[in-house]
Amino acid sequence: MMSEVVIENPKVSIRHLDFYYGGNRALKDNNLEIAANKVTAIIGPSGCGKSTHIRTYNRIYEMYKGQRAAGEIMLDGENLLDPSVDLIELRMRVGMIFQRPTPFPMSIYNNVAYGLRLKSKPTKTELDAKIEDSLIKAALWNEVKDKLREPGTHLSGGQQQRLCIARAIAVEPEVLLMDEPASAIDPVGTTKIEELIEQLKELYTIVIVTHNMQQAARVSDYTAFFFEGEVIEFGTTPDMFSRPRKQQTEDYITGRFG
Amino acid sequence: MRQRSIVQRRMVNAAITFIAGSAALLGIFMLVWLLVTVLGRGATAINWEFLTTLPKSAGSVGGGLANAIVGTLMITVLATLIGVPVGLMAGIYLAEFGRDSKYAGAVRFVAGIMMGAPSIVIGLFVYTLLVVRMGSFSGIAGAVALAIIMLPIVTRTSEDMLKLVPNQLRESALALGAPEHKMIFQVVFRAAKSGLITGVILAVARVSGETAPLLFTTLNSPYWNASMQGPTANLTVTIFNYAMSPYADWQAKAWGASLLIMAGVLFLNLTARLLARDRKSG
Repeated sequence: MMSEVVIENPKVSIRHLDFYYGGNRALKDNNLEIAANKVTAIIGPSGCGKSTHIRTYNRIYEMYKGQRAAGEIMLDGENLLDPSVDLIELRMRVGMIFQRPTPFPMSIYNNVAYGLRLKSKPTKTELDAKIEDSLIKAALWNEVKDKLREPGTHLSGGQQQRLCIARAIAVEPEVLLMDEPASAIDPVGTTKIEELIEQLKELYTIVIVTHNMQQAARVSDYTAFFFEGEVIEFGTTPDMFSRPRKQQTEDYITGRFG
Repeated sequence: MRQRSIVQRRMVNAAITFIAGSAALLGIFMLVWLLVTVLGRGATAINWEFLTTLPKSAGSVGGGLANAIVGTLMITVLATLIGVPVGLMAGIYLAEFGRDSKYAGAVRFVAGIMMGAPSIVIGLFVYTLLVVRMGSFSGIAGAVALAIIMLPIVTRTSEDMLKLVPNQLRESALALGAPEHKMIFQVVFRAAKSGLITGVILAVARVSGETAPLLFTTLNSPYWNASMQGPTANLTVTIFNYAMSPYADWQAKAWGASLLIMAGVLFLNLTARLLARDRKSG
């Protein structure tokens, strides 16, 4: 294995993960350990399988015909790729933020309440408290507290993305997957989301896919470099950016390709 | 190769513009003519008596079409209640579950054919299916015939509207732990809401002027029929009967009924347009 770091008690261990789009093998024997309560960044050129990789952690790919994963993804020692795993339960434990903000066509309040209502039948007081708490954690509360009943789609792009983060963390997942969460957001919104990631890692294990290397360097503790569906190198973020061990990694982070 | 002169090109351009413009004008002119005629002849026939009383016997002047107005409304509402839920569910199947399956392809193909099926054929079909077996013409049979006409329209428009909803929205709902049915009914449906309503309204507008499918199924009646179990009064068959009659008063009433239906269809279409505009700006 290319990794020189040893992760004690990883939250997620990926072993021999392969992924197929129909007959096309998009991920090849991925092995990776995700540290608990840290931020792990996945970088690499477009089409290298970064998004495909994290889309296996909550099995969201199963929505599409012909996509399948093989291998093991151990979440707290349990293989989440096992067919007996309950998808609804899994997705409540592993939340996801997408590239483009996807507020539901309902009020800000109901957006955040959506997952909570799926999980249990909270009372109005519980719901109010939980929604305020989630919006505070997502650094959005001050901007929306007076208009919780307005449609979520009326917010700006950056606010919408923070609303999606609030919605995802309201159900208290253990792992938070972020698929290029700031790529469709303006610079100010990006800064806010990066600051947010820094705070959120105390509560959640975060895996973030990004094509922006500065962003990976700023927000992550560990970095994995992907190329053509393979994990080329994995290490602590300072090591990766100052002393890459593989030529391909160095070429990519110095901007020679990708 | 010799180049065409600019003058020649401009002349061709002007000629084509003129021909296309005239054709468009002709279309609009026919429509306006139709509207003005129906409005002019129909408006004089519509009064309080027309709207609130039963028809009088053939040849005598006066009376109204209250039973036919109510009958048309009832038949259309019942047709909507039958056709829309089935069409919506079929649309959901095509857009959400079936997508690329062979069965879905077959359903789409059949829906396409049914959209083009002459409505009189559907009337005949319901005649053999319901009227012959039940032994009587009925408002219910007419509603079934109209529902069959609505079915493929609602199916196709709801499929199209649901497909416009980006997959990322579906993924977001599933990623929160939503089961598939909640994802569809609580999130995707909401996102497609105005489009779905527009489709339903246009389907209702499409059937509300149908006469042929009612001729063999509902027939017509000079009386009230609240149960819809026997022949039921309705506007379109009334127009057909009254317009063919030798009585000037009935002919005038046929114009009045035509105006009511045209106004209704126009109203439905305008509502659909307004909703479509909301969708674009929202």
